[in-house]
Amino acid sequence: MAKSSEAVKVVGAWSSPFAMRPLIALKIKSVEYECLEEEIGCKSEFLLKSNPVHKKIPVLIHGDKLVCESLIIVEYIDEVWSSAPSILPSDPYDRAIAKFWAAFVDDKFFPSMKESYIGVGEAKKAGLKQMVDGLALLEDAYVKCSKGKPFFGGNQIGYLDIALGCFLGWLRVIEKSFQMKLLDEAKTPGLLNWAETFCAHPAVKDVMPQTDQLIEVSKLISRLRAASASSPPK
Amino acid sequence: MAEELILLDFWPSMFGIRVRIALAEKGLKYEYRDEDLSNKSPLLLQMNPVHKKIPVLVHNGKPVCESAIIVEYIDEVWHDKSPLLPSDPYQRSQARFWVDFIDKKLYDTGRRTWSTTGEEQEAAKKEFIEILKVLEEQLGDKPFFGGESLGIVDVSLIGYYCWFYSYETLGNFSIGAECPKIIGWVERCSNKESVSKSLPDSKKVFGFVQELRKKYGLV
Repeated sequence: MAKSSEAVKVVGAWSSPFAMRPLIALKIKSVEYECLEEEIGCKSEFLLKSNPVHKKIPVLIHGDKLVCESLIIVEYIDEVWSSAPSILPSDPYDRAIAKFWAAFVDDKFFPSMKESYIGVGEAKKAGLKQMVDGLALLEDAYVKCSKGKPFFGGNQIGYLDIALGCFLGWLRVIEKSFQMKLLDEAKTPGLLNWAETFCAHPAVKDVMPQTDQLIEVSKLISRLRAASASSPPK
Repeated sequence: MAEELILLDFWPSMFGIRVRIALAEKGLKYEYRDEDLSNKSPLLLQMNPVHKKIPVLVHNGKPVCESAIIVEYIDEVWHDKSPLLPSDPYQRSQARFWVDFIDKKLYDTGRRTWSTTGEEQEAAKKEFIEILKVLEEQLGDKPFFGGESLGIVDVSLIGYYCWFYSYETLGNFSIGAECPKIIGWVERCSNKESVSKSLPDSKKVFGFVQELRKKYGLV
């Protein structure tokens, strides 16, 4: 089919959890793709042209079509390469639940992770609490969605596994930096096991960055942030 | 088995309006329950414990939350009538992108046109018009964002129309003057029964906004 054989490229960055999502989806579907790596702290002209509305990664380029927003890209990949393992559940209600929790991850959980890591004082404390509370809710969601199977999606990696799993690298950075366990046997036994299984999966292990690499990147990002704060853009 | 549909909603909510329109497009019968957001019902707290927000669609006792997710759910379950999404994956991705754009940009900016003053308000007005102009460009010469009939982008955006009068009056600007194509689109949408039945009166919304402004000490 012509559609499936058109060239696929992903504009992303190895350290970006959002950019990881389409890569996992493409690997699940065994689709060959080319990575167009963006430099941290510097948006290329190509990216600005490919995503003029948000100017963000990831962008999927499929033939002459451009798709933006990581979860929308994942759903697009699932619909185009529909014969390979399914990423979204087939039942509409299960789909709605998967999308609900993915939206929770993006709208609540990720911002609390960010605040925990780069916030200061009261905001940092609030971020940490929100993140821990969020993990408790996600543990509950995992138990309900997985129904005893390894992934949120059941026996296979699904939409919600991808939506949450892409943050595991940065979660480990927070754990290491603050000498704390966010996923543990006592409070989140389901997610603890799931995290290991997810990261070891063939579709994930080559695109999940190492914790120490991310810690180096986070130092670079802080330096860039400090530099732009002291000399605001013209 | 008879379908049981309950919509937990709040009459001026542009998010609740989306669900009302989607249900009407599919010709579905449902029980509408208006929530008092200062005193949320036990059912709402039980059905949406995570966010405690409307709208919530309760379908045969099972809750679906988040308006954009509810609209797609309705479209998938009752797929044989008035499809709100195209069948082509790329066009679906574009429709979803623009619904996401509306969700990320319009609510906060619109709110700032009536809840702020001075420079902040001027900036909000300018941004609001810019957002609508981006959407106008997407509409192009089509009658609806969904083409010949309503799609998820139309359903997601039209609920803001009943708030336009409030934004314009309190912000002292004219949306129609800057975005005539949007107004043309609004008129076409309003001719549809599913829309006209689902939108509250703009003056009634204005009254509600004035109450909010009093509550926030803005009046």
